[in-house]
Amino acid sequence: MNIPVRHATAAAKLAIVDCDIHPAFRKPSDLYPFMAARWREHMTTYGEHLRQGLSGQLQWPRMMAAGLRVDTFPEDGPPGSDLELMRRQHLDANGVEYGMLMQLSKGGMEERNLEFAAALSHAINEWQLETFVKPEPRLRAGIVVPQEDAAFAVKEIEHRAADRSFAQIIISPRSSDPLGHRRYWPIFEAAERCNLPIGLHVQGFSGGHASTSSGWPTYYMEEHYAATTGMQNTVTSLVFEGVFERFPKLKVVLIEGGFAWAPALCWRMDKHWERMRSETPHVTRPPSEYIREHVWFTTQPIEEPENPQHLAEVIEWIGWDRLMFSTDYPHWDFDHPQHTFKFAMTDAQKSKVFRDNARALYNLP
Amino acid sequence: MKVPLKGAIDCDLHPAMPSAVALLPYLDEYWRDQLVDRHIDRYPFTLTSYPPNSPLSARPDWRQPTGAPAGDLDAIRRQALEPFGSSIAICNVLHGAVALFNEDMAMALCSAVNDWTAKELLDREPRLRASILVPLHNTELAVAEIERVAKDRRFVQILLFAMNDMLLGRRVYWPIYAAAEKHGLAIGIHAGSTYRHAPMASGWPAHRVEDYIAQSAAFESQLLSFLAEGVFQKFTSLRLVLIESGFTWLPNLLWRTSKGWRGMRPETPWIDRSPAEIIREHVRVTLQPVDAPKGDAKTLMQALEHIGSDRMLLFSTDYPHWQFDGDDVLPDGLPADLVKRILIDNPKETYPRLREGAQIGDNAATQKEAVR
Repeated sequence: MNIPVRHATAAAKLAIVDCDIHPAFRKPSDLYPFMAARWREHMTTYGEHLRQGLSGQLQWPRMMAAGLRVDTFPEDGPPGSDLELMRRQHLDANGVEYGMLMQLSKGGMEERNLEFAAALSHAINEWQLETFVKPEPRLRAGIVVPQEDAAFAVKEIEHRAADRSFAQIIISPRSSDPLGHRRYWPIFEAAERCNLPIGLHVQGFSGGHASTSSGWPTYYMEEHYAATTGMQNTVTSLVFEGVFERFPKLKVVLIEGGFAWAPALCWRMDKHWERMRSETPHVTRPPSEYIREHVWFTTQPIEEPENPQHLAEVIEWIGWDRLMFSTDYPHWDFDHPQHTFKFAMTDAQKSKVFRDNARALYNLP
Repeated sequence: MKVPLKGAIDCDLHPAMPSAVALLPYLDEYWRDQLVDRHIDRYPFTLTSYPPNSPLSARPDWRQPTGAPAGDLDAIRRQALEPFGSSIAICNVLHGAVALFNEDMAMALCSAVNDWTAKELLDREPRLRASILVPLHNTELAVAEIERVAKDRRFVQILLFAMNDMLLGRRVYWPIYAAAEKHGLAIGIHAGSTYRHAPMASGWPAHRVEDYIAQSAAFESQLLSFLAEGVFQKFTSLRLVLIESGFTWLPNLLWRTSKGWRGMRPETPWIDRSPAEIIREHVRVTLQPVDAPKGDAKTLMQALEHIGSDRMLLFSTDYPHWQFDGDDVLPDGLPADLVKRILIDNPKETYPRLREGAQIGDNAATQKEAVR
C-alpha cells in the first residue's frame, strides 16, 4: 500500500536488511548486452514461452498500477529500474543497510525452452551485477537459475558462488514437479556445497500446474492467496522427500509467501507423519524439526490479526530467529519498516527480525 | 479427553461403502446390465485418497477380523456411537462414483449409494443421518439428485470433495447451493480428491502423506473460492461445513483474507464486510483431525482464541479413520461451555434438519423406529 513520504526521515534511524526488493529493467533489450546474438534474435522473434494464455501480461490483472506503488514510477522506465530513485526513496529513506534483489521475470525459471532459459539466467545475473550491485554495494543479487535444468543451474551457481555480490540462489516454488523431487537435488547439493541459501519467492507464472488443487481461481484475490498454499505445498514436499535429511546444511528462505500458516502446517505434518511414518522412513524426525532448522521466512505482506498480539504468539511458535523483514519495494503492498508490526517488540526481537537474522543467514559483513 | 456428556452430534462418520454388487438392486436395468456386462461390478470404487490398508483409513482396534472397518451397524454402534454417547451421527459414505468421468454412470451410482444409505443405515439405526452424494460435474444431474433425495429429511447435507475439476465457489455450481438453501441442507466439503488436478500447485507429490497434508491447502482454496465468488452473499442462509479439514490453519486464512480484502475489494465489490466476519458466520469445521501439538492444551487454546469464534467447531470422530486413540476424542483443556457448544449446540445450529425433532423421514417404518 502507498505510504506517505513524511514517514521517511524517522525511519532512517533504524538500520535494516530488506530481504525483498524488486529491480526492473527499463526495457527487455537491457539484457541484450549480456546475451549471445543467437538468443537476442530468439528473444526478439519469439519472446518468452510460458505456460499461460496471455502473452506479456498477467492473467489476473493487479489491483493498482499493475501491482506497483504509484509513487515509485521514474520518469523513464518501470518502478525498480531507476537506481537513483530507489536509493532516494527507499534505501536512504528507510535506512536499508543491505537489500536483497529479487529479480522475478526473464530469469528463465518459467521458460519452457530450457536453452533459452539458460541464456536468460546467465544474462539476468550479469545484468543484476552491472546495473545494481556494482554501482550500489548495499544491494545483493540472487543467482537466478532455471530449476528445470539442474545441470545448467549447478554450473551457473558454481560460476557465481565465490562472488559475494550474490547472496543466495533463486529458483521458483512453482516448479514443474514439487520441489522435493530428486531432479532438483543437484541444485540443493550445490547450494549446500557453496553455503548459499535457496530463496523461494512466490511466482506469478506456473510451472505447468494450476495454482490450486481444484484448478484456476477466478479472481486476483484468490490467486494472491494461492501463493501461500503453494508455499505450504513446497515445504511439505521438501520435508517428505527427505531433502533436509539428505542435505543437513541446506537453508531455505520463503519470500513473500507468508509465515502465519507455518505453525499449523508443522502441527499437521507432525501429526500425520507420526501416523503414516512407515511410508517415508527416510524422514526420521518430526517434520517441524526440519522446518525449525532449515526454513526462514520473510515478513511482507505482514499478517494483521484483529488482535495484534496473536501475531506475536505465532512468531513465538516459529522462532524469532527465523523471521526476516522485507518491504517488497516497489510493489503496491509494500510494508514500511515503521508500520509493519502492530504489537510491542523487545529491542532484541527487533534487531533479529530487522537485521541480525538476515545478516547471519546471508553472511553479510 | 473423553466426551463428558450425553447427546453429542458426530458430524463425520464413515460407514464402509457398499460393494458395487450390493448396489445392483438399487440400479435400473440398464445400469445393472452395464455394471455386470462390463465387470464394473467387480471393482471397488475406492477413492485413491483413502487406501483401505493405510493407517489413516482405519484405526487398528477398529479394524475387524472379517469385513471392512465400519462395515456393519453393530460395529458402528459399538465403536462409534456408544463410546461417545452420540445421539446423532452424520454418515459420509466416501464412494468413488464421484471420480467417474461418465456423468450418467456417476449419477446412477450416486443415487444407488444414497438409496442404499437410506435403507441399510438410516432405516435400521435411528441415530444416523447422512449426506447426499452427487455427480458434481453435471450440475443439472446433481440438482436432480438433491431434489429427489431431499424429501427424506434424514439427509442433512450435500457431500462434496476438497479437490475437483474446478473451485467450488464458481457460478456453475450455484444451482447446487440454491437447492441446498431451499431444502435446509448444509454444503459439506470432505477431504479427498478426484485427482483432476495435481494436489499441489507444483504438481504431483511422491507420497500419500503429502497428498493428505495438502488437503488443508485445498480447503483453504475452496473456502476462498466461496468467499471471493460471493456465494455467501447470494445464499445468505447457506452453511458450509469443512469436514476432516483440520482447523488450526483457519486464523491465517481469516487474517490474510481480511487484510487482502482491504486492498483488493474493488475486484469483488459484493464482499460487503470483512471476510473474517463472513466466514465466522457461514463456515463450520469438524473437530477431527485436531492438527495441534499433542498434549499441549495451552497452544491449542491459543489457536482457538485466534479463530475468534466458539461457533465454528462441530464435533466429529471421523470414525473409523485413525485420528485419535482410545475414547479421547476431544483434545485436553477445552472449557466445559465450549465442549457443549462443539458437541451439541453448534451442530444443531449448523444443520437445520437436526432441529426438526422426531420429524425425520417420510418413511413410515423409520418414523416408528425413531420414536421407539
